[in-house]
Amino acid sequence: MNSVSGTCPLTLLQQVDEYFIENRNRVLEIAAFLDRLDRAPDPVRGDAFSDFRMEAFRKALAALAGETSSRVNQIQEIFSDPTTEPLEKLTRKSARGAYEPQKQEAK
Amino acid sequence: MEYIDMHSHMTSRTTDCYYQMALTGCVAVSEPGFWMGWDRSSASGFDDYFRSLTDFEPTRAAQYSIKHVTWLCMNPKEADDRKMSRQVLALIPKYLDRPNVMGIGEFGLNLVTRNEVETFKDHVDLALEHNQMMLIHTPHLEDKYKGTRNIVETLLRYDKVDPKRVAIDHAEEHTMDMILTNGFVAGITLYPLTKVSLGRAVDMIEIFGRDHGDRIYVASACDWGPSIPVAMPQFMMEMRRRGHPESLIRKIVFENPVKFLSQSNKFQLPERRNKSSLLAAWSEQPSPATAAKP
Repeated sequence: MNSVSGTCPLTLLQQVDEYFIENRNRVLEIAAFLDRLDRAPDPVRGDAFSDFRMEAFRKALAALAGETSSRVNQIQEIFSDPTTEPLEKLTRKSARGAYEPQKQEAK
Repeated sequence: MEYIDMHSHMTSRTTDCYYQMALTGCVAVSEPGFWMGWDRSSASGFDDYFRSLTDFEPTRAAQYSIKHVTWLCMNPKEADDRKMSRQVLALIPKYLDRPNVMGIGEFGLNLVTRNEVETFKDHVDLALEHNQMMLIHTPHLEDKYKGTRNIVETLLRYDKVDPKRVAIDHAEEHTMDMILTNGFVAGITLYPLTKVSLGRAVDMIEIFGRDHGDRIYVASACDWGPSIPVAMPQFMMEMRRRGHPESLIRKIVFENPVKFLSQSNKFQLPERRNKSSLLAAWSEQPSPATAAKP
């Protein structure tokens, strides 16, 4: 039992009954997204494919399969910028969803 | 159930959105100043924007018995421009006496640059100088944790900042705790695709509501991007689906916003009209073709 046990009024079985199908679909959506990447006209497998967003995405998927009860926090941390110092200059307008270490450190 | 949408950019929405919100129980909207999706070419554009927020929008909302309140600022997306930020902040004091202005907002950080941080502090100084409440934007996505931490740490350095008069918005799982344990009010904003979903919003109420339930609100954050002006009633439905009582739902969507906004003596709820009069008001609106004629 962790400190937030019992904060959802639904029992475990009630939650599964109510939410299983839509979450089953979410898992299939992610699988289809990854399969779609493999069907790209320029498929590159393994380490050669080094887009920082997808690297974070794969780490998030590993966290998703973990046994901890704080998966959301773990995944938020994986995607987050861990630095504390403000940027010297504005280099773009919007966030991209995942932290890009090399580029940030080169600034 | 009556609700207050604490974060809705009605400037970007049609009158039909006010109508749908009114029909689903919305009695008040809180509209922070924001980035319109493009950078203004000069500070004078903000003068017109502030005039719209304090004149045109409350008039439009009142047609549906919705109280419109607003917040003024230089938004975080343009706040890296220090020169224009100073010019925009200089415009704000003349609007602070307007009846629907609740305070300074939604200023904050975007990508957490040094210029943004300096403009952020200018806003805090302005709010304190004029005894205004604050509504603060936190960065999205990968910048949220870093930006929220910077915001909280900066605010805590000010002796005169009263945290219960400061709402820190766009809170997510990894930022809720630092906002709430430091005494600030946490806003959760709903997005259909890219950020907090209905289910995760309810999760955060469940996890953080036990200890801090009187300082959390939920809002639609409807604007010019993918967003839903009636996300609040959708959230209420999701709370019911989880088995939460009506009393808790009302606390989050109505009582907490009233409690926060009532710290401004200018905040008053409108007298509700019934739905038939709302329908009549809607049907009396001129069609676009009619409105375009001289």
